[in-house]
Amino acid sequence: MIAIIDYGAGNIFSVKNALDYLGLENQLTDDIALIEKADKIFLPGVGAFPSAMKMLESKNLISVLKEQAQKKPFLGICLGMQMLLSKSYEFEECDGLDLIPGTVDKIPASDLIIPHMGWNKLEIQNDCPLLKNLPEEAYVYFVHSYMATCADEKNLSAWVEYGGKVPALITDHKYVFGAQFHPEKSGDVGLQILKNFADL
Amino acid sequence: MLAKRIIPCLDVRDGKVVKGVNFEGIREVGDPVACAEEYNRQGADEIVFYDITASHEGRGVMLDVVRETAKKVFVPLTVGGGIKTVDDIRETLRAGADKVSVNSQAVQNPQLIRDGADIFGSQCICVGIDAKKTSAGNWTVYINGGRIDMHLDLLDWVKQIEQLGAGEICLNSIDTDGVKQGFDLPMLKAVVDAVNIPVIASGGAGKLEHFAEAFQKTDCSAALAASLFHFKELTVNEVKTDCRNKNIIVRT
Repeated sequence: MIAIIDYGAGNIFSVKNALDYLGLENQLTDDIALIEKADKIFLPGVGAFPSAMKMLESKNLISVLKEQAQKKPFLGICLGMQMLLSKSYEFEECDGLDLIPGTVDKIPASDLIIPHMGWNKLEIQNDCPLLKNLPEEAYVYFVHSYMATCADEKNLSAWVEYGGKVPALITDHKYVFGAQFHPEKSGDVGLQILKNFADL
Repeated sequence: MLAKRIIPCLDVRDGKVVKGVNFEGIREVGDPVACAEEYNRQGADEIVFYDITASHEGRGVMLDVVRETAKKVFVPLTVGGGIKTVDDIRETLRAGADKVSVNSQAVQNPQLIRDGADIFGSQCICVGIDAKKTSAGNWTVYINGGRIDMHLDLLDWVKQIEQLGAGEICLNSIDTDGVKQGFDLPMLKAVVDAVNIPVIASGGAGKLEHFAEAFQKTDCSAALAASLFHFKELTVNEVKTDCRNKNIIVRT
């Protein structure tokens, strides 16, 4: 069973719809016992970093998520990916789950249209099991105004070009994965990535 | 590189897909869930449901249609028409929409944009605009399906929208909508140059090359069409192939 962490933020139903469509057993939950029992964990998220971290904290989920991320496949999506990092500077300095070293900052705007919204092509940096069986040109759907920076490039599996390298998929090379894009909104490519995660 | 998006729009009334020419002469063409699935197969980058009668007849959005579509179609869904309050936005997003498009209500109550962006994030607030050229040469914003001229300058309005926190603009030209002679490029260019958020071109596509033309002559992020796709004059895939042949980046 995949536990989809329901902490009051984001469009968690899309993630659930996609997993249901793939026939993967899943449950929306904020129940610690259930999260501990799950085979895999999904951390979705749309919205602002500080308020999302506060919501996790108010549900006492921070320590259980950090602990479970050492034991079973764990995928953070969009803001859920950004929360895997050490720190964010969205509105205010705020600690993340610190599962992958790095920070979150505003996309350097200059002449870019913000948010980075739409389909962008994955450029593979490091081999990753989530990127198996994808077409040569794999486009995925993004919508975000803040971006991750990994302290160590070895944690970066794939990036996209948007005024520079924007991290798209990161991993600790053990259990933790983070996707800046929305696999649940990325058509067949996204469904394949979700399937790859379920197959871990 | 970020791909240019091709977006089919399903104008919906009473749970059925319709398409009007200049908003008049509506005729029905089918089931919205089936249409959305077909567009997904054709490679649509996003799908818009627009409740065409909602803003002047007070109809709510068709949440059941959205719910059913969101179970089968895994590309972004936008829902517009009849969204008046923060609760309407919440309900629509919970039904499975990724974005809402607010139009008349945003003109009458700009605070709706700010509240929506603050609570749900800019990324899910798209502001739809119907605008028309004046005899003075500028453009003004209309509400209620293009019926009422608000005498609000288009470029002032789009800057205000951006400041209020909208994540995207869907710009429909009343002058070119349904005429099939191409998008309103001067209006589109003026809006794209005035703001720093994505702009979707809407109204006027009649031929394959109109899409590539919009991307070549303006920096719009996406192009939307309804009847052209409904009546199978073109498929989304044909449009994308034409764009690709002209070196415009589109999703494969």
